[in-house]
Amino acid sequence: MKSIKTLVLVTFASLLLVACGQGGGGAGSKKSKTLENTKKAGFVKCGVSEGVPGFSNADASGNWTGIDVDVCRAVAAAVLGDADKVKYTPLSAKERFTALNSGEIDILSRNTTWTLSRDADIGLTFVGVNFYDGQGFMVRKSSGINSVNEFKDGIVACTNIGTTTELNMRDFFNSKNVKYEPLGFESADEVVQAYDAGRCDTYTTDKSGLAAQRTKMKDPSEHKVLPETISKEPLGPVVRQGDNVWEDIVRWSLNTFIEAEEYGVTSKNASSLKDSDNPAIKRLVGAEGELGAAFGLDNEWSLRIIEQVGNYGESYKKHLGDTGIMPNRGPNQLWTKGGILYVPPAR
Amino acid sequence: MNFKNIRIQNKKIRNLIPQFITIAILLSTIIYFVTNAQINMDNRGIAFGFGFLKQEASFDITFSLIDYDGSYSYARAFLVGLLNTILVSVIGIFFATLLGVIIGVSRLSENYLIAKVAEWYVEIFRNIPLILQIFFWYFAALRALPLPNEAINFNDISFLTVKGFYVPKFIWTNFNIFLISIIGAIIAIYFFYKFSKKQREQFGKQLPTASISLLIFLTFPLISFLFFGVTLSFEYPVLKQLSPTIFTFEGGLNIIPELLALALSLSMYTATFIAENVRAGILGVNKGQKEAAASIGLNKNQILKLVVMPQALRIIIPPTTNQYLNLTKNSSLAAAIAYPDIVLVFAGTALMQTGRAIEIISITMLTYLTLSVSISIFMNWYNKKMAIKEK
Repeated sequence: MKSIKTLVLVTFASLLLVACGQGGGGAGSKKSKTLENTKKAGFVKCGVSEGVPGFSNADASGNWTGIDVDVCRAVAAAVLGDADKVKYTPLSAKERFTALNSGEIDILSRNTTWTLSRDADIGLTFVGVNFYDGQGFMVRKSSGINSVNEFKDGIVACTNIGTTTELNMRDFFNSKNVKYEPLGFESADEVVQAYDAGRCDTYTTDKSGLAAQRTKMKDPSEHKVLPETISKEPLGPVVRQGDNVWEDIVRWSLNTFIEAEEYGVTSKNASSLKDSDNPAIKRLVGAEGELGAAFGLDNEWSLRIIEQVGNYGESYKKHLGDTGIMPNRGPNQLWTKGGILYVPPAR
Repeated sequence: MNFKNIRIQNKKIRNLIPQFITIAILLSTIIYFVTNAQINMDNRGIAFGFGFLKQEASFDITFSLIDYDGSYSYARAFLVGLLNTILVSVIGIFFATLLGVIIGVSRLSENYLIAKVAEWYVEIFRNIPLILQIFFWYFAALRALPLPNEAINFNDISFLTVKGFYVPKFIWTNFNIFLISIIGAIIAIYFFYKFSKKQREQFGKQLPTASISLLIFLTFPLISFLFFGVTLSFEYPVLKQLSPTIFTFEGGLNIIPELLALALSLSMYTATFIAENVRAGILGVNKGQKEAAASIGLNKNQILKLVVMPQALRIIIPPTTNQYLNLTKNSSLAAAIAYPDIVLVFAGTALMQTGRAIEIISITMLTYLTLSVSISIFMNWYNKKMAIKEK
């Protein structure tokens, strides 16, 4: 009898242990399992795309660059003090949520659209938006098509499977009453190849993606993106549900990154602004307040982000502006300059 | 007496203990993983269940054998994927067998050139990874095929283009009567075979079975056309312009390039293995058997049909069953080239749109298991039929 009791107790206790081990700090607690693990490992585990120039793309020597990559670099700078301490895992659209849910990565920064079902249904939390995008169509210039209203029955439209794009595409063609032929590929590279070979008449995905993929075509100047935008695609970094402290760290790393541009704090002038007259700037460079303590970091976390990664404007210019992928910032301009980038204040 | 009993019991227990331990380890492993998954899913607010299958899928699929569009359910999308998997497997198995037998026999040909060509074929296609062959046929074909306005024209009836192979569509009336006539023909041929076998065994009469069965197979459907109102007409594909440079074909049936490339690469790859099985089977029949058959006056065709093949088949069938299973499972590589099989549609799109990884992967694995087991059962039955019957 006694041994059975012991067995039940042991089983129960170990189940509890397993439960706690996976839970990672409840609401209100300052402890974050993900933060502890990241500090122990010495690098931030970041999921990126398999190659979207300007957003997350690896060069010949394996260095990742892009504005999505900079989110992970910002978190690494804040948490570990070195923006280069990131381990990148390239993921297809299909693998991304499973990789995050299973703990293979801790941040998913891979042009992922924030939707209700993803946020609420599959155990994920979106922390913000780092790129306001919308779905568009690319066609060959020679096709003579100038507007999405000129699509006719029988048009072959290619895209990636498992994306919001695939669903929007159907809604769009149904609303226009056009019978289209859908063709869904697993990776973006295959879509580019099939489109380039003439299998598809149009390639549809987020406009940023179209601009980036166009650079991979045999002759980019033969193709154009149609002016219409058929959907809202707010893209942003995602974390697992349940670790509120980690969620806050990623959210505020992103917000700081954007707010730094608003106050004109750049990687070059950040350290010299410690004795600025503006308290908001002083808070950003860690000269005032104890903001880092709120999630278990020191007070220079935001200064490190700005010094090592730069601000959002610098990052945008470097990856999307100077490369010619999306020189026009459009809605991704600060709210003070006519765009919709507006983040809560860091105070 | 007593002593002996204890010893037997001990032996039984001794045999049982390892089995109990195995079961215990297996069970606790399963329980550990299930509870762990349960806890993790609870923590992240992920619900487990199959209710999503009834929800509207809201994504479209390129190619479907049954009525489907995004307004149907996920369960229907699963069925579309399953049927597409079965379609490409059946086509693949058919052509792999045909090509495999031809290549296998060719390798034993006395003609040096034919034998060498067959040998090179086997060595080349067996040793290149299948996924590369699929990519090769798909992207090479896409690059090589013309746009619809410059289609390769087969007598104005069929057109081969980068967007697919457009063929005439059959428009039937009273198709079910036609189907009944085909089934009737098959039954009639079965009875005719029994009859001709009896004639041969009892009276030594050789009936021209092949030509008579062909005649039956043609007459029955012909009668259905002449007397039972079955009609068949064709809808031909017609070129249609969508914009100054975008063309497509309207009407007819489009065999999409993804299906062509996949069926082609699966059959060419698997044919090499089947060819080797066929060669092994024929070589495995003792030379004396052929000599004995020749000595009782059978001609070359009769020797092959009545003496060599029945014995060779016993060697060929079991490894060929494996190849059929491989082909079916390899068809899951379809996902790489956008052929909408069960992996692309269900374990791909549906999984990503719903996020129900555990449920969907389990269903998909179970489906492949069922497919494979069904093929195995059928091939085992056929193997038993072909086995030596001790009399």
